[in-house]
Amino acid sequence: MLTREQVYTWLEEVKDPEIPVLSLVDLGVITDVQINYNDVYIEMTPTFVGCPALDFMKQDIHETLGKHGVTNVSIDVTFRKAWNSDLITEKGKAALKKFGLAPPPSRELFTELDVLEHATCPRCNGSDTELRNTFGPTLCRSIHYCNTCREAFEQFKPL
Amino acid sequence: MNEPALKELLYKIADDQLILGHRNSEWTGFGPLLEEDIAFSSMAQDKVGQSHALYQMLETLGEKDPDTVAFMRNADQFHNCIMVELPNGEYDFSLIRHFLYDTAEAIRFEMLSESSYQPLADISKKIRAELRYHTLHANTWVKQLGSATEESISRLQRSLEQVMPYALGMFEESPYEKELIGDKIFGGEQALKERWMKKVEAIIAQTQLQLPDWKTIQPVMGGRAGKHSEYLQPLLDEMSEVFKIDPTAEW
Repeated sequence: MLTREQVYTWLEEVKDPEIPVLSLVDLGVITDVQINYNDVYIEMTPTFVGCPALDFMKQDIHETLGKHGVTNVSIDVTFRKAWNSDLITEKGKAALKKFGLAPPPSRELFTELDVLEHATCPRCNGSDTELRNTFGPTLCRSIHYCNTCREAFEQFKPL
Repeated sequence: MNEPALKELLYKIADDQLILGHRNSEWTGFGPLLEEDIAFSSMAQDKVGQSHALYQMLETLGEKDPDTVAFMRNADQFHNCIMVELPNGEYDFSLIRHFLYDTAEAIRFEMLSESSYQPLADISKKIRAELRYHTLHANTWVKQLGSATEESISRLQRSLEQVMPYALGMFEESPYEKELIGDKIFGGEQALKERWMKKVEAIIAQTQLQLPDWKTIQPVMGGRAGKHSEYLQPLLDEMSEVFKIDPTAEW
């Protein structure tokens, strides 16, 4: 008997194609899973509206669930429960940091640009850092420089 | 729900995003510094992606699929304002246009996040959050360059005067203005314009730039009705060149 919990566990195997340590579940983009006998309905939402990785993610979900023998999968992309960066789980944030990407600060704090000006360096945990660019190599990342490590790093943007 | 009114609204917003997104993408590889190259390229990706999502919404309302809508229409079928189709010019021109446009869009999506058409309200909340990075970018540079050197100030000033008549063209009213407001789909161009003017004034006041007297500016209209400048069709030809080689190709 297929359960939601089982599907969620399998979805943990599907990673963000741009951040291979972060599962879609920990990223917070899976907003609902419904089971009807052998049919699986998944509702998901992109991090950014223009995220080009969305189609890869959908394909990965189909392939991964297929490996577990689940083939009747429909995926609906909606903005009913829109993504925001606070939806990244604590486990996800730890994985991001280990990957070298600073996790996003809480959205509550992001009322002033200052929050971005002094992002916490994922290497040394210091805040003697500078914002270099609010736009980075992907839509969801900004570029920073750590004066202590003397190296650039990226942060997952608060949104 | 007045569907023709809703569609007209969605088309003009999506077309604005697509065309300015394309113009922004033309900065890829040409930015005055690498950071700006990345910024304009990222904003291009956001805007084109947002237009795609709005075209998808139109598809659910019975319109053609997003690729066909984006790549197979001629200039006179586009509803973007003329400002977004103007060539990039020099960096000061692109920056001023970006500032005037994104200030308006941020307010437009804020208003639309209250829309009675729920799918539009949902996506507007999302886009509004993303646009925060765009307005942050525009405001930072306008404030910095608008108070920096004689050359930067005079360049921005000239562009500001040049773009302003086109900027007012953003608020060209829809034939469905009453319906949109009455059905609470959108609060209307006039309300948007008033809020936009206050916001623009507030930012410009923090620089050494001078806003032209609003009353003296003659808005350049027509874009919303499909009457465009000579610059739109060549842009569309270039944008759709690859698609048109084989419209049935799977990518």
